[in-house]
Amino acid sequence: MGFSMRRRYGTQGNMKPTSADFKHNARVALDDPQLQRALSGLPTGLVAQRTAARAGLPEFEAFRTVGRDVKNHMLANLDLYLAKYEERATANGAIVHWAETATDANEIIAKICRDVDAKLVTKGKSMVSEEIALNAHLEAQGMRVVETDLGEYLVQIRGEVPSHIIVPALHLTEAQVEAEFREKHTHLPKDRPLPDPASMVAEARAIMRANYIEADVGITGANFLIAETGSSVIVTNEGNGDLTQSLARVHVVITSIEKVVATLEDVAPLLRLLARSATGQDISNYVTFSTGPRRAADPDGPEQYHVVILDNGRSEILASDVRDVLRCIRCGACMNHCPVYQSIGGHAYGWVYPGPIGAVLTPAQLGVQTGRHLPGASTFCGKCADVCPVKIPLPDLMRKWREADFRQGNQGVLARAGLSMWAALAKRPRAYHTVTRAVALLLGAWGRSRGGFRSLPFAGGWTKHRDLPAPQGRTFQQLWAEQQKGLSPDV
Amino acid sequence: MSSPDVWPKTASSFNNRSGSARERIFAKVRAALDVPASGPDPRLTIVERRIAERRRHMLPARATMAPADLRAQFATHLTRGKASVIDVAEDAGVPAAIASYLRAQNLPPTLRIGDDARLRSLPWDTTPSMTLRYGRADPHTDAVTLSYAVAAAAETGTLVLASGPDNPVSLSFLPDTHLIVLNAATLVGAYEDAFDIVRATLGDGVMPRTLNFISGPSRTADIGGIPVMGAHGPRHLAVFVVG
Repeated sequence: MGFSMRRRYGTQGNMKPTSADFKHNARVALDDPQLQRALSGLPTGLVAQRTAARAGLPEFEAFRTVGRDVKNHMLANLDLYLAKYEERATANGAIVHWAETATDANEIIAKICRDVDAKLVTKGKSMVSEEIALNAHLEAQGMRVVETDLGEYLVQIRGEVPSHIIVPALHLTEAQVEAEFREKHTHLPKDRPLPDPASMVAEARAIMRANYIEADVGITGANFLIAETGSSVIVTNEGNGDLTQSLARVHVVITSIEKVVATLEDVAPLLRLLARSATGQDISNYVTFSTGPRRAADPDGPEQYHVVILDNGRSEILASDVRDVLRCIRCGACMNHCPVYQSIGGHAYGWVYPGPIGAVLTPAQLGVQTGRHLPGASTFCGKCADVCPVKIPLPDLMRKWREADFRQGNQGVLARAGLSMWAALAKRPRAYHTVTRAVALLLGAWGRSRGGFRSLPFAGGWTKHRDLPAPQGRTFQQLWAEQQKGLSPDV
Repeated sequence: MSSPDVWPKTASSFNNRSGSARERIFAKVRAALDVPASGPDPRLTIVERRIAERRRHMLPARATMAPADLRAQFATHLTRGKASVIDVAEDAGVPAAIASYLRAQNLPPTLRIGDDARLRSLPWDTTPSMTLRYGRADPHTDAVTLSYAVAAAAETGTLVLASGPDNPVSLSFLPDTHLIVLNAATLVGAYEDAFDIVRATLGDGVMPRTLNFISGPSRTADIGGIPVMGAHGPRHLAVFVVG
């Protein structure tokens, strides 16, 4: 099963959206025992860690409001802050490039690499680089691209794409990683001991060291751009981004327009929110503010510093009524806490950004037709909005896509007819009560002796996985009315 | 605002390719924000004032404690993250404290340091067996490096280092063991306090090539969610707090 998933995602991390096949993807994911084992660690892992970190900062909720307001202010003045950022960055020696589309960004970066005759390109974690499928583009031009973040490296050698925006290999178990290393690291003895994650990390570290030193170009993303100083900021734990950007001759930052903030003072509250929401750490071990290339007297650091700023539909999101999604600081808390993500993992969503944030971004970037299943893949429990560090109302935004989907008429005839019937009924309280009372009575009389139903016409989707309990003869509305009158003390 | 049902697909919406990519992106952003095409933009004053004023948002209580509490908190956070914190009474004691740490860790008494006047002027003759090498880190030979922090923020046990001739950035990421000296006078509560020290030390508006926040050794949990130190950078981090 795992294998059929892998083929679905193309080769060498070349992202081909499969969001349109979400229903199939989800079914495959639910039947994949290794994936289910890997996902089972989420509640006791990232979710519990965030809870603990949040408890360590009593002002966390107040900071969420600050985070929301900071990002809203930046978005409302986005053009001005981008211009200020560009001015300061350029004054400090950065070369700033603007890319409207994925294709444009890829070609800009490829040209930077060609200009220095790059053979080996190292890359730190960057979701924007996944969005534009940068690796495939550079590889097609004969360059070797090596992912340096351990999780990204794992998905790269497996020919996969990340299944989570901060833990790319979340879908893999320890045993799978061991098997992968034995299969791919053929220069090492076959029978070497790899008893634990520490030994596998050490193996990857040794391989990566050589790459950092040999690389001509090092590419990183950016969590923030700072207008005041013209800096780009990366947040990591491994230090791979720093080695990537400091040891190569050329440092290229690939990032997007909504990442800009005004000052260091505006970054501070976002830093307090980011790691706590993402990994449950108070702060990630390395936060690096990069400004310009190495200075004349510096003994190390890159000779060139390029910043590629991508739009790729974000200016259109800014114009739409899902603008709030641009506040996202890419912590991953929404997917960690999502019952749907916890059940199917990230690959089933079929594009770069999985989970609730992906359910809002994917229809925006790929179109409603392709991404239409994702906003529907929600229990609307609201947990994603509760945990979002910048208070993005994710369920509300998903609902907007559902409405757009219905207006476009993308559902089948049966679904539309059903929804129309339901709407007609729900808008007429008297008819609604009459019909539900009748159904409750009927089903109650039919099923009460057995306690529930193993199967039921029109409810196969439910009864395939669990019994439907038989109604007890009265509707909620009836029980409520009786309770209000004090006639039903047993409720 | 447009509604999602009339969403233009990203690939097909760029038929108009006149002007530079920069101009087109800015035009689309301004259109999205309903900015008038001409006339004065009242937002500009607000934006310029925000950048000039650098106003702080709220600070957490844990960043605004008494100095003694901040120092304790700083050590708590760092040691919980698997780093070592060693108190040293005065500058003159640093070489001996480092020598003692290296002995305890069974590490050779060889240090790579930057061209830092504060580190150079330490009484290294008190530890005659110590060898100092200057310049950027050598990935093949340097097991231990030494940096001098510009400041530290107690709220999360975070050291702030600036790259430069006195502190090549490779010192922080290439060795197995990274040692950092911190003057207790520059140990402050919040990130914002640390930024102020950076501005006072390097000059207002001046940033080094990299300003590094370091809050522990290199770490990963990418295999099975289990934390492992020394993913790519240092496996060990030791901080010597002076004063």
